[in-house]
Amino acid sequence: MINRHRLETLSEPVLEWVIRLCGISAIIFVFGIFFFVFREGADFLFRGLDLVEFFTSPEWYPTSVSHKRYGVLALIAGTASVTVLAMVIAVPFGLGAAIFVSEFCGPKLKETFKIIIELLAAIPSVVWGFIGLTIMNEMIIDLFNAPIGLTVLNGGIILALMSVPIIVSIGEDALKAVPDSYREAAEALGASRWQVIYRVLLPAAKNGLLAAVLLGVARAIGETMAVLMATGHAVKIPHSLLDSVRTLTATIAAELGEAPVHSDHYQVLFIIGVLLFSITFAVNLTADLVVKGIRQK
Amino acid sequence: MSSKSHFKSKTFLVICLTLAFSILQTGCGQKTEEATTSPSGKAVIQNMGSDTMVNLAQAWAEEYAKINSLVSVEVSGGGSGTGIAALINGTVDIANCSRQMKAEEIARAKKNTGQEPQQFVVGYDALAVYIHKDNPLDQITVEQLADIYGEGGKLTRWSQLGINNAACVNDEIIRVSRQSNSGTYHYFREALLGKQRDFKLGSRDLHGSKDVVELVERTPCAIGYSGMGYATERVKKLKVAKKSGDPVYGPSVETALNGTYPIARPLYMYSLGEPAGEVNKYLEWIYSDVGQGIVQQSGYVPLPKQERVMAKKQ
Repeated sequence: MINRHRLETLSEPVLEWVIRLCGISAIIFVFGIFFFVFREGADFLFRGLDLVEFFTSPEWYPTSVSHKRYGVLALIAGTASVTVLAMVIAVPFGLGAAIFVSEFCGPKLKETFKIIIELLAAIPSVVWGFIGLTIMNEMIIDLFNAPIGLTVLNGGIILALMSVPIIVSIGEDALKAVPDSYREAAEALGASRWQVIYRVLLPAAKNGLLAAVLLGVARAIGETMAVLMATGHAVKIPHSLLDSVRTLTATIAAELGEAPVHSDHYQVLFIIGVLLFSITFAVNLTADLVVKGIRQK
Repeated sequence: MSSKSHFKSKTFLVICLTLAFSILQTGCGQKTEEATTSPSGKAVIQNMGSDTMVNLAQAWAEEYAKINSLVSVEVSGGGSGTGIAALINGTVDIANCSRQMKAEEIARAKKNTGQEPQQFVVGYDALAVYIHKDNPLDQITVEQLADIYGEGGKLTRWSQLGINNAACVNDEIIRVSRQSNSGTYHYFREALLGKQRDFKLGSRDLHGSKDVVELVERTPCAIGYSGMGYATERVKKLKVAKKSGDPVYGPSVETALNGTYPIARPLYMYSLGEPAGEVNKYLEWIYSDVGQGIVQQSGYVPLPKQERVMAKKQ
């Protein structure tokens, strides 16, 4: 008996340390990845990259023989346009669906809905891209009389479909977190169902819903394969929804394979990676701070 | 926020896997020109590169498996640039290429692996210019192509070419191009614009030769280029002249070989150092009449009889 007791006293701190290590490892990985991505690009960032040109020129000529130009303005515009459109579509649909699932559904329908929404989240992005490249392309050509269907519109719709499941599931959690006593109190005061949602639930769950939206944004910015296939992959600042664009992520995916290791082109792609990392980090951080806001209330 | 923590753990898993893979990959980096042996005792030849040649390389590999069951040739595409990058890193035995390796790339490969890449011409390709079937245009000059694709070029509408492309709604020429890791992209740029000029931005840069043909097939306003092996019934191939007034020629075996078709090019394979063992045997077989017959079946131009000896060509 004494023996066993000793083993227990010994194993407990060890186990505690193992678990602590597991927790810390996530932090190490995130910073490690940022560090390595940054290191790959750092040399060129400090040595030769013209940052003004990098951010303000739409001319992306990484493989030019005579005059290499690394301007990512058109790529940033591409990412921004597709993301904004995706959110304009996904936010109303996503929040609407979250409210429906959380407030109007019976328990049976709710389960079915959740399974189907999770199924939507499970479709691989290549498949989405394929849908964009074939079905949506032809639909957009037919419907809008456009010369080509691989456009901001196409990519935006695909991305919206991809971020809706995230917005729905996190948004629904936020609504569920609102205590039932709020609903009961509002109904006791004679509020209609719509008034309960509009006046009580939405303000109470505001922060959680915002976090849902921001995570959807992060998903849209980071998506690669689907937009690579659906947006036409053309370096161009879009003037309408029917223009083709190219995004930051798609550029990295398309060009990293051939860029000779440690060449300027290779390093610029890593700098774009750092830029993307910073954008998604900012979005995620905002989401986290907002979520913290809820807990303190 | 249960589903949120679910997300985080997912991301974490992905990161772990990525790291594990990158560690695994660095573990098996270097390889020599001698084919490696798989656990089943078969010799494996790693073959990677040009998307133009990927169907051809696949056909070779399949046919070769029938006559030599002890060797398996693993083919993957990705683009000439990708194949060259792999050759420089020493991870493939043969790189397929639809353009020549640049001096800089050869130097890099030498520095990295200690061996000089050897070049073999294994066939020819006439780069076909494709348009939609309903487009009334049937010939074009290299100068016009340069004006359509080149930076600063003035041709943006089909009517400027003197035709009425009725199926195309707003008359705009939709340029379909390739990503910059494509050898076809580099060859086409050099053939049209010389070494110094660049392509006009805003073209739709697709990932594969087949994608180009498929997009052109669906898009009445489009013009695109790809190896002639990717031609289908549903797109139109343009006849091409060097400059206006010159005779026009369509892409074919004959016009590619006698040099009358202006945008024809050799297809290359590169090995690291003098090929030895199974790699050497495979290349010799590719130069045989059987191997060259497959070039023709794949829609490309086989080497003329007198060139069917395996010799590196500089």
